[in-house]
Amino acid sequence: MINAVGRDIPEEILKITGKEPFMGIHHFDGSVYKKDGPYTKCVINSEGSKMVDSIRDCLVKCGIRDGMTLGFHHHFREGDYVVNMVMEEIHNMGIKDITICASSLGKAHDKLVEYIEDGTITGIQSSGVRGKIGRAISEGKLKGLAIMRSHGGRVRAIETGEVRIDIAFIGAPTCDDYGNCRGIGGKSDCGVLSYSMVDADYADKVVAITDCLVPFPNFPAHISMTKVDYVVVVDEIGNPEKIATGAAKPTTDMRKLMMADYCTEFVVNTPYFKDGFSYQTGVGGASIASTISLAKIMKERNVRMRFGVGGLTKPMCDLLENGQVDALLDTQDFDLDAVESVINPKHFRISAGEYADPFNKGAVVNKLDFVILAALEVDVNFNCNVVVGSDGMITGAQGGHPDTAAGAKCTIVITPLLQGRIPAVCTDVTTVTTPGESIDVVITDYGIAINPNRQDLIQCMKDVDLPFKTIEELRDIAYSITGKPEKVQFDDKVVGIIESRDGTVMDVVRKIKEFQFTGE
Amino acid sequence: MEIKKPAMAGTLESSDCQVTVEPGDGKIDFVLESAVINQYGNRIRKVIMETLKNLDIDNVRITVVDKGALDCTIKARVEGAVSRSTDQFENILWGGRRKS
Repeated sequence: MINAVGRDIPEEILKITGKEPFMGIHHFDGSVYKKDGPYTKCVINSEGSKMVDSIRDCLVKCGIRDGMTLGFHHHFREGDYVVNMVMEEIHNMGIKDITICASSLGKAHDKLVEYIEDGTITGIQSSGVRGKIGRAISEGKLKGLAIMRSHGGRVRAIETGEVRIDIAFIGAPTCDDYGNCRGIGGKSDCGVLSYSMVDADYADKVVAITDCLVPFPNFPAHISMTKVDYVVVVDEIGNPEKIATGAAKPTTDMRKLMMADYCTEFVVNTPYFKDGFSYQTGVGGASIASTISLAKIMKERNVRMRFGVGGLTKPMCDLLENGQVDALLDTQDFDLDAVESVINPKHFRISAGEYADPFNKGAVVNKLDFVILAALEVDVNFNCNVVVGSDGMITGAQGGHPDTAAGAKCTIVITPLLQGRIPAVCTDVTTVTTPGESIDVVITDYGIAINPNRQDLIQCMKDVDLPFKTIEELRDIAYSITGKPEKVQFDDKVVGIIESRDGTVMDVVRKIKEFQFTGE
Repeated sequence: MEIKKPAMAGTLESSDCQVTVEPGDGKIDFVLESAVINQYGNRIRKVIMETLKNLDIDNVRITVVDKGALDCTIKARVEGAVSRSTDQFENILWGGRRKS
């Protein structure tokens, strides 16, 4: 069945998953549902202890068995040790058929490939996967379908009961013996525990894994003891130095600085740029440079930001230090400066649900004026791909891309027109993750295209001195340099689905096929 | 033109390609490894075959490891490798074989 972004979703996939094809970003606005809830084991007796000696004992107490779904969070990003630690124990116990429902997985989890190959892990649900797991899924090694869902979409899936987490594991930088967890204060801080908050609310069993046990009460708790079943102490839960892996540092690349200048010039000429505006960026080099150049203009014109949202990095926290923003709302810290900024009283921790869940009574993303995003590919319908590489291999994550794009009044995607030989603006993206209806502007080093649906923005920019082009013109420039790319040859087998934030099917990911020469 | 000895041109940097040519066994043997093989494999092969044809080469073992080079780069690397393998240090073969 053809969905609202023109993707053909095989009937069989809709049947297996019980899902509907994507019908537009506001399709479920105003719909009503009953929230799911966890089976909760009461703790009334004051003599019991939540402390458990080992992860293995924890697993036994939680009743680990074949076919369970386990929740994990990714605040340590490439420095995470918790997922591998738990899965190794589960593997050693001979448990099979586990589904991992993680907020994201990365190269830190390459080791899981052997568990995918031997059937310990048969399901993966994540914002995305990088590294060897992505390759393994693309090669068809995972028994079940991989589900890629956005940060907001994951909360929705758990709250609606579409996914039931049997055991959630929280890597807690500090924790007391009764399960009060904090993202700061220990030897390996990650700042916030936002993605875990929904796990703590909805998983049947919740295990806090810490490398810094502190005396009760570990307050103010980021995750409350009232939701935690067991506490276990290990040597190390992660390496905070690796949190910033892959995130960009302020760039000196002239091409990115130029795009950042284009972006700032665009932003300040929209009606949304006024005292009290709100703003979020990703962690690409150009996005970070945009924040820095925007900060300058804000100072010059005496414009204050009311709130900034993140995925936070140093340049956003600098705005707070310099008194240019009233508040930061934080779901994740992308560098150690952001982790350190968490103690600032105007730096507020929010849950992934507050951040981006489309199925609650209103999330922060809906209040955004601007979001500055990156993309692997954008097509002439403004659809974006951030999960599957142009070679067909799963290599990225949705993150909050579709959530913020849907919510913000002005969604800007910055991407160099060419990534090596790969044109970033193309006729059809390999896989749609974020629908074109939520993308307003595409900024490249060769020009800027405004979505024709945004005639208001086109009007605003009439007298602005920026290199405006149509999206088709950008594609044509790209193809004139690289040559027109051929369509990637895929196998018929579907290995994963790109889930829309509302739970419908945005696109499917197929098994890759070895390249064969065709033609003469 | 005859490939006299093995020679190489290019690097494994992004947007470049490394071309190795060796004396063949009577035909063109072509091996391609490319970061963009799925989108540009056929096109890269076509550019390489055309370049070899312009150089009058039909007996070569040519191995290309491509990191997303544009057509012009691929062509230059093939011509560079062939120039080196034929000890052509004057009138280097840029743009195909010199007619003069």
